[in-house]
Amino acid sequence: MRTFRTASFVAAAAALVLTASACSSSSGGSTNSNASTGPVNLTWWHNGTTDPVKSLWAQAAADYTAAHPNVKFTVDPIQNEQFQTKVPAALAGGNPPDIFQQWGGGQLTSQITSGKLMDLTAATSSWISELGATAAGWQADGKQYGIPYDLHVVGFWYRKDLFAQAGITAPPTTMDELNADVVKLKQHNIAPIAIGSKDRWPDAFYWDYFAVRECSTDVLKQASKDMKLTDPCWTKAGDDLKAFLATNPFQTGFLGTPAQQGVGSSAGLIASGKAAMELQGDWELPTMEGLLPNGTFKSQMGWFPFPAVTGGAGDPTVALGGGDGFSCTTGATAACPDFLKYLASTAVQDKIASQGIALPANPASDSKLTDPNLQTISSYAAKAPYIQMYFDIAFPTSVGQSLDNAVADYFAGKGTPQTIVQSVTNAGSGGK
Amino acid sequence: MSRAQVTAGAAEAAPAVAGDKTAGRPGRAPAARSVRPTGRRRRLELALLLTPATVLFTAFVLAPMALAAYYSFYNWNGYGALTSAGLSNYTSALTGSNFQHSVLHNLIIVVLSLVIQLPLSIGLAMLLNRRIKGRSFLRLVVFAPYVLSEAITAVVWYQMLQPSGFVDQLLTSVGLGSQVHDWLGSTSLVLYTLFVVITWKYIGFGIILLLAGLQGVPTELREAAALDGASSWQITRHVVMPLLGPTIRIWIFLSVIGSLQLFDLVWIMTGGGPAEASNTMVTYIYNFGIKQQQYGFASAVAVILFIICFVFALAYQRFVLRRDTEGALTRVVG
Repeated sequence: MRTFRTASFVAAAAALVLTASACSSSSGGSTNSNASTGPVNLTWWHNGTTDPVKSLWAQAAADYTAAHPNVKFTVDPIQNEQFQTKVPAALAGGNPPDIFQQWGGGQLTSQITSGKLMDLTAATSSWISELGATAAGWQADGKQYGIPYDLHVVGFWYRKDLFAQAGITAPPTTMDELNADVVKLKQHNIAPIAIGSKDRWPDAFYWDYFAVRECSTDVLKQASKDMKLTDPCWTKAGDDLKAFLATNPFQTGFLGTPAQQGVGSSAGLIASGKAAMELQGDWELPTMEGLLPNGTFKSQMGWFPFPAVTGGAGDPTVALGGGDGFSCTTGATAACPDFLKYLASTAVQDKIASQGIALPANPASDSKLTDPNLQTISSYAAKAPYIQMYFDIAFPTSVGQSLDNAVADYFAGKGTPQTIVQSVTNAGSGGK
Repeated sequence: MSRAQVTAGAAEAAPAVAGDKTAGRPGRAPAARSVRPTGRRRRLELALLLTPATVLFTAFVLAPMALAAYYSFYNWNGYGALTSAGLSNYTSALTGSNFQHSVLHNLIIVVLSLVIQLPLSIGLAMLLNRRIKGRSFLRLVVFAPYVLSEAITAVVWYQMLQPSGFVDQLLTSVGLGSQVHDWLGSTSLVLYTLFVVITWKYIGFGIILLLAGLQGVPTELREAAALDGASSWQITRHVVMPLLGPTIRIWIFLSVIGSLQLFDLVWIMTGGGPAEASNTMVTYIYNFGIKQQQYGFASAVAVILFIICFVFALAYQRFVLRRDTEGALTRVVG
């Protein structure tokens, strides 16, 4: 699950300590290339530190071992933010884990330069097409370096009760309608849209989506490769954002609001009915449940895609999203890609869907989704001709973070549509 | 200082001489050794006692510092090969407006600490030094925030400062509703909000330090001054304050270094935002190093921060603290 939380200094320090201890405990140099012979131990770093994901992975490992008695696992659930520091350290060191959490995109490209990521192309060529276009996010130069196990799509979550209160009968489909709804909600003293600007990445979702609506799919695909935002559509995205920010659609003090921490966070504001909408990923429901257990919000939640932008060159059905997956390292055996195949099979994917953990990466399991909102998102994603990976992940980390910072600055009134574009081209060419 | 060294040196030399002389006389040697170790044994002892500290210091302080200095001349994303960057990391840091603003924010915190925290600490310490009712309890209350970890302080204040949070409600309930602001979301206010929290957290430390200093002011001096007809203000100004000087100078030193390295509180409460308005040098480093994975560039900034702190520390020791340390040693030796 793609969750973000502020990493504190404490966490960073803990990460260092854990790195040290994890280095000493992970299984070393199992270079056996044959999965069927000899005992194999696979060390597995994933970010499912809480249930239901934690149990799901524990069960998956146990089930795989039951079917392949020679393959054992050392399962190591690790706090999400620690991957930022632990993975570079592990890949630079001599003893990386065999399997680790992989979000694909530009970070994957950076990690490949370590030479420690296993090329999964040959091992996955017979079945990877089952995952459809999703698997492309974990490829680089036509080679498969990771396998996704779920899919994420960003869109507007909204409160049906608050919409009804403000006299809004149907979710907006164009920006004009959205702006009109914002006015209506304000008239009823309801904060129209909640946003967690303190964390910066929620701001980027807006710019990302305006870019997706303004730019043609070809331009989007090219930009992820060369990081040169020369097409005028990129500046138009900033202009759209400027016009949207001028409607003042967010809750009071949104610049200091976190996205997912506490009931005062943007997710908490939606869960407690203090704001009507939020542009967030499909992970919003589990996030809200964590903040407000036993809340009555679930029946009130609805979802609609980011509205169409008049005159934009982008296909209005293109979605913004991403996903979670795993990579194998070069020290792992052939059991590793085989295990990732198992995770992407319906045996595991059905559970991801039926337990409402996320949208399954394997479309064959879509029918097992039970939550009506996840079903809506899933069918939207299935119809989307292209899913643009969030730019902060699609670009190499330095470029993506630079973009997020520039957009966040713009939300706080600093910069221009042009500076957002420059932040990418500048960081993309090695600037700081 | 030199006198102290001479005395200590003489004390060290003595057993060595004694050891050499007694070497030829086995009868007395064991007795001499039991009292004063020989040169070789002393070196062994030193090696034994110093090795753990030296190893730790080298591995966790000196080596990382050397590595940071090394990385600062390269571009590195944490994964691939290092590519030489020459001095470009330094030039782009020093010319970048975000870095300049971060340094400026640090300096603002330094100045505010000196101008506001110091007089406040002195005043409160003098108040708490008087014989007032519930003095021990008040001292405890004032010191309590210092015991809290920075992370906890940050999270608690962060919650209280949310829009219509505790602080806003408190202001409204006492009729100051017009003074409610967007404490953490306003680019012009956020740094000063953070400074208030820093002051709340660290004022206790300053007060305890100064209280200890005040205990060291002999009562006879106050009495003598009073007998000579000095007013209580004159006693404070001309007797107590000069004697409190060494404590104040140490507090300034600790406060400046602490302000330059400010991180935890800011990072948790604002992440350096909004729009980099509360970035300090260290949040800037963290942003580039850990979040953007530009380790070379972040190392360069870290080296710059190190140089700033180091130069300040040396200059302060040389020009301000020298008097205090010399005085202390003369007293000890004399």
